[in-house]
Amino acid sequence: MDAIAVDGLRKHYGDVQALDGVSFSVREGEIFGLLGPNGAGKSTTVRVLVTLTHPDEGSASVGGYDVVRDAGPVRRTIGYVPQESGIDRRATGRENLVLQGRVHGMSGRALRERVEELLGVVGITDAADRIVEGYSGGMRRRLDVALGLVHRPRVLFLDEPTTGLDPEARVAMWEEVGRLAKRESLTILLTTHYLEEADELADRLAIVSQGKVVVDGTPGDLKSRLSGDAVHVELADGQVEDARNVLERVHAPVEATLADGRTLVSRVPDGGHALPGILSALAAAGIPVAGVSVHRPSLDDVYLHYTGRDFATEDRGS
Amino acid sequence: MTALRHTWFMIGRQTRNLLREPIWIVILLVQPMVWLVLYGQLFKNVTRLGGFGTTSYITFLAPAIVVMNAFFGASWSGMSMVFDVDRKFIERFLATPASRASLVLSQIVRSSFQAALQAIVILLVALALGVHIRTGVLGWLVILAVAILVNSAFAGVSQGIALLARREATVIALANFISLPLLFLSSTLLAQAQMPHWMRAISDFNPVNWGVRAARAVVLPATDWGSVALHLGYLAALTAVTAAFAMWTFRVYQRSL
Repeated sequence: MDAIAVDGLRKHYGDVQALDGVSFSVREGEIFGLLGPNGAGKSTTVRVLVTLTHPDEGSASVGGYDVVRDAGPVRRTIGYVPQESGIDRRATGRENLVLQGRVHGMSGRALRERVEELLGVVGITDAADRIVEGYSGGMRRRLDVALGLVHRPRVLFLDEPTTGLDPEARVAMWEEVGRLAKRESLTILLTTHYLEEADELADRLAIVSQGKVVVDGTPGDLKSRLSGDAVHVELADGQVEDARNVLERVHAPVEATLADGRTLVSRVPDGGHALPGILSALAAAGIPVAGVSVHRPSLDDVYLHYTGRDFATEDRGS
Repeated sequence: MTALRHTWFMIGRQTRNLLREPIWIVILLVQPMVWLVLYGQLFKNVTRLGGFGTTSYITFLAPAIVVMNAFFGASWSGMSMVFDVDRKFIERFLATPASRASLVLSQIVRSSFQAALQAIVILLVALALGVHIRTGVLGWLVILAVAILVNSAFAGVSQGIALLARREATVIALANFISLPLLFLSSTLLAQAQMPHWMRAISDFNPVNWGVRAARAVVLPATDWGSVALHLGYLAALTAVTAAFAMWTFRVYQRSL
C-alpha cells in the first residue's frame, strides 16, 4: 500500500488556482521530494495532506486514511513540520515538546522519556530548558522537527525544512533527515525549492510547477532522461533568431530561451566537444557572444526541459 | 472529556507564559486598585444625591469595579488569539488530534480566571477601605461568579472578532469602541436612580449592568436574591451564546486556511 496517494487535487484561493490537478504517490519508507519554485503549489499540497485545508476536487489518503473523511486517524498518523514553525516562543523547548505530546494523548514517564530522547536526537538537549525566543534559526528548526516526531508518527511532512538556514545548518539538517528516516522508520514527504536538496535527500521526487506535477521519478532517472549536456549561449546583441538558425545547422538545436531573452539553451551529446564548433559558427555568422557555459544534466535542466522555464528566474519571480 | 483535558493543557501554557512576564502581573494586580481608589475619591460625595442605597460611595463602587475590570479585561482577550494565529501556533495544533474547542475555550477560561483573581484583589482592597460585604461568603461567591461570567461573555466576543479579523488593530478598535459606552450605560459609577430615563432603559439590556446589579445586591442592604439569580442567569445564557459565536468564528478561520 502507498503511504501517501494523491489523485487529481485541485484548490483555488480567490482567483489563484493553487492546485490544478496534482497526482502522485509515495511508497512506505520512502523519502519523497516535492520540488518546485515558490508558489508552485507544494505547500498547499502538504496543507491538504495534513488536514489543514480541504481540496476543491480530487482525493488524497495518508496511511490508508482519506484526508477529508478520516481526518482524525490521519492526524494521529502524521507528523507535520510546517514552513512557518508555530513554536510557542515564550515557552522552553521542552515545554513545547511536552504540550505537543499531551495533545497526542501521551503522559507521564513515557512522555518525559520520549521528550528527552528527541532532544538528544535533534541535538538541543543543552538548550531544552531555555526560552525558545533565544534559539538560533537552526535550533528552532531542529525543535520543529522534534515536535513533529513526539508521538512516533509513521509519515512525516517537512515543508521547506531548510529555508532560512545558513548553508552549514542546511547540510546538518540534510544529514539529520536521512538519519531520522532510518531511525524512526518513517515515510517522509518534503517540499523544497532547492534543487540540490531534492537531489541530495529524495529517493524519488515530483517536480511541481503552476499547480501540477510536471514529471516524477528518481533524481537519477530524471537526469538520465535528458541525454547530453546543456550549452548556454548568451548573446551580446540579442540576435536570437539568427543565432537559433546557426545552432540548428551545427546540430545544437535550441531547447529554450531563458527569461533574460538573450540566452539560448541547446542540448548536445557532449558539451566540451561541441563548443568550438558552436562558437566558430556563430563568429562566422557575425553574431557576437557575451558568454557561454556547459552544464552537465542537473535538476535545473530537468526543470527547464519539462517546463520550458528557468528554475531560478521562476523561483525569484513569485 | 478530551476537550476538557486539552483546554486544561492550553490554559496551563497560557498561564505559564503570563507568569513569565512580571510586568503584566503587576499591571493586572495594580490596575484594579487604581480604579477603586481614583473613582472612589473622585465621586466620594456623590451619594448625597440619594438613591445609592448607602452613604458610603466606596461600598457602592467596589462590587461594580470588579465587574468593570472583568469586562475591560475581556475586551482585550482576543489579542492573545491574534498572536497565536499570527505565529501559526494554532495551525500547528490543527494538524494534531488537539480538540478544536480547546483552542478557543482555553482563551476564554484563562481570561475569566484572570478576572476572578483580580476580583479577589479588588475585594481585599475594598475590605481594607472599610467596605463590608453583608452577605458574607455567599456574597463573595456571587461576586466571583459575576466576574467570571461577565468576563467570559465579553471574551467570547473578543475571541470571535480576533478570529474574524485576525488583526490586533481591529481587536483594539473594538475594545475601545464598546468599553466606555457600555460603562456609562450602566450603574457602575452612578446610582440607577440618578441616570436619565432613556439611559436607564437601555441599561436594562446592558450585560455590564446585569453584572453590576447582581454584584452590588450582595453588598448593599435588602438583597433581592431573586434578582441576583435572574441576572446571573442572563449572564450565563449570554456566555453560552458568545462562546458559540467564538466557536463558529473558529470554523470560519479554519475554512479560510
